[in-house]
Amino acid sequence: MVGMPLYRDEAIVLRTHKLGEADRIVTVLSRNRGKLRVVGKGVRRTKSRFGARLEPAMRVDLQCYEGRSLDTVTQAETIDPWGDAIARDYDLYTAGSAMLETADRLTEEHEPATQHYLLLAGALRSLAQRDHDPGVLLDAYLTRALAIAGWAPSFHDCAMCGAEGPHRAFHIPSGGVVCSSCRLPGAAAPHPDVLRHLAALLTGDWAIADATQPRHCREAAGLVAAYLQWHLERGVRSLRLVDRTGTAG
Amino acid sequence: MYEGVVQDLIDELGRLPGVGPKSAQRLAFHLLQADAADVERLTAAITEVKAKVRFCEICGNVAEGQTCRICNDPRRDGSAICVVEEPKDVVAVERTREFRGRYHVLGGAISPLDGIGPDSLRFTELMSRLASGEVREVIIATDPNLEGEATAAYLARLLRSFEDVKVTRLASGLPVGGDLEYADEVTLGRAFEGRKTLT
Ligand SMILES: [Zn+2]
Ligand SMILES: [Zn+2]
Repeated sequence: MVGMPLYRDEAIVLRTHKLGEADRIVTVLSRNRGKLRVVGKGVRRTKSRFGARLEPAMRVDLQCYEGRSLDTVTQAETIDPWGDAIARDYDLYTAGSAMLETADRLTEEHEPATQHYLLLAGALRSLAQRDHDPGVLLDAYLTRALAIAGWAPSFHDCAMCGAEGPHRAFHIPSGGVVCSSCRLPGAAAPHPDVLRHLAALLTGDWAIADATQPRHCREAAGLVAAYLQWHLERGVRSLRLVDRTGTAG
Repeated sequence: MYEGVVQDLIDELGRLPGVGPKSAQRLAFHLLQADAADVERLTAAITEVKAKVRFCEICGNVAEGQTCRICNDPRRDGSAICVVEEPKDVVAVERTREFRGRYHVLGGAISPLDGIGPDSLRFTELMSRLASGEVREVIIATDPNLEGEATAAYLARLLRSFEDVKVTRLASGLPVGGDLEYADEVTLGRAFEGRKTLT
């Protein structure tokens, strides 16, 4: 290891893959270096020092040395064990998995993505603390992650011509709500409270979001999922397992 | 890249779990140089295992008939079921000699990132086994990692409707993040003794 370039960064574990007998490839989103794939040596063995720390949804202070193809973890200290709380509750687990998968899909290896990192950290913290309904927290995360990716949907002014809202029609390929002159066939006409809820998720207005009726939360969740599918060529698999029947306003 | 059949063998070996391209190449050349009789024994064993071994209709463990050795054994205690992810975890728990009940193999853990939801695992079969009323305790022995813990949480919620079934989870000593199969007998045995009730 002498002479190998070392680096240190804060990172959130997105997912892990088994490698060989007892190692894992760990995909993390780091604060400064973007997404990284690093090797945790021996972490599946009983006496591993970092096994528990390199689990999904954990935030760690990570030290690695650069390898030819993959970097190797030399130290990992827990900063926030969000994964512990998330694993103990199935609703938190499915919502958290969808967040981690989306973060993985929206970021590229070695391309700094600090905004995505901070958004994910905030979302996982709120989820682990159950600050709000898990489904609503997930939709807030997804809406904002799409905005960071440059696909901010419009929930008030017309996404095509900018005409001041509110407008009734919502059309995913057009980028959100559209006015009556820009409206294309196939546009949805969600309840006004659904659009108000979505706008509140995007800006973080929790007083409004927490008061939305469950059926409007569910309708909003459907629009967010459809919007996400539209922008990511393959869908986000984990979304299928998020149970929306319990979504409370 | 190698010529046709050699490369085919390397590709096939490389699809096995834990075998990277380099190991696949090493294994392929080992087989090329090995005695024909040795290789025949290996291929026969593989063919035979696929032909004879199935999964137990009751518990999902590997079995040579319709049901496995443990489900067939009348000395095993039918009032306790230990739920594990894979057949290899049955072997790990058996090694401890702490448990005399029966098993239920889920076939994995719930992993949304891999597209594995509750429907892909053998939860329904477990519910039907509990409906018989014989079972008094379900011991959840899924892996002590994120997926295993979440699967345990899901199962505990599912089992709430069976009021007279005690639901326990293997306790202390098991390394978080590890695989159950790597836990030594003493540690796993202790985790069994110290299992705690889930509410
Ligand atoms: Zn317009
Ligand atoms: Zn059986």
